[in-house]
Amino acid sequence: MAGKKTTFEVYRGDAKGGARQSYETEVGEGMVVLDVLHQIQREQAPDLAIRWNCKAGKCGSCSAEVNGKPRLTCMTRCSSLDLDQPVRVEPMRTFPLIRDLVTDVSWNYEVKKKIKKFKPRAPDAPDGTWRMDQKDVERVQEFRKCIECFLCQDVCHVLRDHHKHAEFAGPRFFIYTAALEMHPLDSENDRLTDLRERDGLGYCNITKCCTDVCPEHITITDNGIIPLKERVVDDHWDPLTGLVNLVFGRPKG
Amino acid sequence: MADIQTHEYDVLIIGAGGAGLSAAVVAAAAGVKVGVVCKSLLGKAHTVMAEGGVAAAMANVDDRDSWRVHFADTMRGGQYLNNPRMAELHAQEAPDRVRELEKWGALFDRTPDGRILQRNFGGHAYPRLAHVGDRTGLEMIRTLQDHGIHSGMEVHMEVTCTRLLKDGNRCTGVFAYDREKGRFRVFKAGAVVLATGGVGRAYEINSNSWEYTGDGHVLAYDAGAELQDMEFLQFHPTGMVWPPSVRGILVTEGVRGEGGVLRNKDGKRFMFDNIPDNYKAQTASDEEEGWRYTQGDKRARRPPELLTRDHVARMINREVKEGRGSPHGGVFLDIAWIKPRVPGGAEHIRKKLPGMYHQFKELAELDITEMPMEIGPTTHYMMGGVRVDADSQMSSVPGLFAAGECGAGLHGANRLGGNSLSDLLVFGQRAGQFAVEYAKKNGRGKVSEDEVKKASEAALAPFSRSGGKGENAFQIQGELQKMMQAKVGIIRSPGEVQEAIGEIAQLKKRGQAVVVEGNREYNPGWHTALDLHNLLTVSEAIARAALERKESRGAQTREDAPGKDPEWGKVNLIVKKGDDGQMQIRREPIAPMRPDLKAIIEEIG
Ligand SMILES: Cc1cc2nc3c(=O)[nH]c(=O)nc-3n(C[C@H](O)[C@H](O)[C@H](O)COP(=O)(O)OP(=O)(O)OC[C@H]3O[C@@H](n4cnc5c(N)ncnc54)[C@H](O)[C@@H]3O)c2cc1C
Ligand code: SF4
Ligand code: SF4
Ligand code: FES
Repeated sequence: MAGKKTTFEVYRGDAKGGARQSYETEVGEGMVVLDVLHQIQREQAPDLAIRWNCKAGKCGSCSAEVNGKPRLTCMTRCSSLDLDQPVRVEPMRTFPLIRDLVTDVSWNYEVKKKIKKFKPRAPDAPDGTWRMDQKDVERVQEFRKCIECFLCQDVCHVLRDHHKHAEFAGPRFFIYTAALEMHPLDSENDRLTDLRERDGLGYCNITKCCTDVCPEHITITDNGIIPLKERVVDDHWDPLTGLVNLVFGRPKG
Repeated sequence: MADIQTHEYDVLIIGAGGAGLSAAVVAAAAGVKVGVVCKSLLGKAHTVMAEGGVAAAMANVDDRDSWRVHFADTMRGGQYLNNPRMAELHAQEAPDRVRELEKWGALFDRTPDGRILQRNFGGHAYPRLAHVGDRTGLEMIRTLQDHGIHSGMEVHMEVTCTRLLKDGNRCTGVFAYDREKGRFRVFKAGAVVLATGGVGRAYEINSNSWEYTGDGHVLAYDAGAELQDMEFLQFHPTGMVWPPSVRGILVTEGVRGEGGVLRNKDGKRFMFDNIPDNYKAQTASDEEEGWRYTQGDKRARRPPELLTRDHVARMINREVKEGRGSPHGGVFLDIAWIKPRVPGGAEHIRKKLPGMYHQFKELAELDITEMPMEIGPTTHYMMGGVRVDADSQMSSVPGLFAAGECGAGLHGANRLGGNSLSDLLVFGQRAGQFAVEYAKKNGRGKVSEDEVKKASEAALAPFSRSGGKGENAFQIQGELQKMMQAKVGIIRSPGEVQEAIGEIAQLKKRGQAVVVEGNREYNPGWHTALDLHNLLTVSEAIARAALERKESRGAQTREDAPGKDPEWGKVNLIVKKGDDGQMQIRREPIAPMRPDLKAIIEEIG
């Protein structure tokens, strides 16, 4: 298996500063960017900091920016990149840097904690279980595919360029809220005010960049954010219930 | 120790996978102070990767199912080396644990009448696996995580434990470092629960993440606890084999559950060639019957592709060895063939197996609705682990509990698919409950300054060695993986295993000379250096137990001793650190089964 000699420019540094450093290495058949990073780690830079777990696109740990695009490095095949040019690998820009490609994503965990938790309605059957339709379940399952890679958070300009971390929950948590709101069993009535007042849903101007980068192909904007916006408006001004109920199923009560 | 941060908890849990979070949630609900420590970020533990489903005899799809059948299936799958009490508790409690997840927000796929849908899996007599497409583990961990963060537990992410601390015989805490800055931490606790998962990174071809270095196994072993069944390491029959960089990544058994079949290069369904006697009565006699089984025909018997994993892995191994394999050293797994037989064709496959569809599309540029996959065995799951009391999950060290993959007893010589996720829920919860009880009774313990000092010196050793001809941790890890793959793999010969034990000793020596570059901040070179002790110790335990058990049973296949030996069916192997620091191994007779449980086995078979 003849590898192709390629230059990888990998960001090295920490909160105090840093720069891209060039590594020349061989890219073999089928290799993904994470494989290359591991190879560099093994052969040239044992202290190169990378975060990863599953190497199969399932855990959302290995997020970084490859040639400027937010990607899972374990699912980015080198054959999809132009290897005649140096390949740039940098940490996610929206979060504080810990070291090299590892960023501090703890803010996301704080945001989630504030969102009101799932509250099931009373069970449907005497044995304490519920009955649900597969099609109602599927609508929510789309959002529950989220692997919390935070790439959508990374790309969203409200966070990336305007640093509204204190007032804006970001696309990941909009669809998290949407999943709770659309959950066939949920009976919590109180999340919409939070979305409007605390989570800054209004800052989103529907650029759809989040949907574009989502490795789970979740239609974040169209299926999550837009219906939420309609619902928030509806909750606040109280017109148009018909349309909203169409999207979310029956109103809660 | 001024520079060491100290935390105190009633119950401290090491690990935030399904087992650790189950323990944490129940412990926090009991009102005690609960801490959780994990090497990765919350929600990224290995459990997130589980695909096929969680086994629980809810009888939603086939009302002939019951805990008794699940019990009998688990015991048969484990070749009767399982702890019967654990198998009983597991079968009885799994349905409630799965329903509990639903109460916490999990959304499983549904039956037409709106209940939780269940699918077929190897070794289970009836459709028994509750699932969410092929991302069941994600659903499970996210549910536990999202429920858990509101329960009051405190989570320390990216913190690695390197040693258990004891007060006399009792486990009273943990020494750890944080990955971010490399600072040391001491956790004092009333009780400690190990939920650290498995050991697959000791092998070159594996389906596991970097975390699977056997930490919990070795933390317990070093603290004087007993390990059990270490010879039983499951090789999953279907891992990816091509391209090389994805070798080992799992292809869920769900593919076979949905009708996928195994073929050799001549297109032959070779699994029909050799069906073990104790499964003959339950196995389809021809391809048509097997197909009907996968499509829910209750009169049909399962296709041989759904026999237990140990058997399927050996059969694949044989095809490859005898020259009937696929181009890249595997065999073919074909799901595309069902297209004309199901409504929706390709769309049906994509819907049932979305993860697999994407995995092959993106990593191998192969469309599984068009082409067969190339697959081969991959190191997957450790049946062996910390020996625990069946009811409470407490180890032989008081105050130290273990649950999930790092525990032992439920699975015996071979685990059935789906029985791990249920194991995590059932025994994670039990460990949490009993740890609370223990902590309440005994209070928080003391830790010794001296032990902490020793632990921190050991952790810093790779920095203090002078450079020069120092060893590289990645290099040693790589050599160990290759060696274990070659010499303590699916088929074991005593000569090779003996050699392996010698080589492990050599690698241990070299491990003592590892030198680390850079500083303590997020330094994978250092982390790998510290993992080596665990990897080498579990490897030794696997090799010694494999050498000792002179028979072939479940996941252990001995070239020199094919077939089961009834005498060996009466004992578990126990590994323990001797007073001299050397690894000791002994045979522990299996207690006679309770008559009522025995009656179930005799009735169901
Ligand atoms: C690809 C794949 C698919 C699978 N599919 C299925 C399936 O369909 N059904 C099924 O039943 N089983 C399945 N399994 C098996 C099952 O997923 C695992 O056995 C199970 O998830 C293990 O859970 P756990 O809670 O024991 O450990 P894990 O989920 O692995 O969690 C271990 C935790 O311990 C922490 N940890 C480890 N060491 C340390 C340390 N030294 N210090 C601090 N923290 C530490 C880790 O950070 C992690 O949080 C699958 C496994 C794989 C690999
Ligand atoms: S659609 Fe909204 S949330 Fe998504 S990236 Fe654009 S502004 Fe951000
Ligand atoms: S929504 Fe998509 S991009 Fe955002 S965190 Fe989840 S998986 Fe990642
Ligand atoms: S390593 Fe898990 S998504 Fe990349």
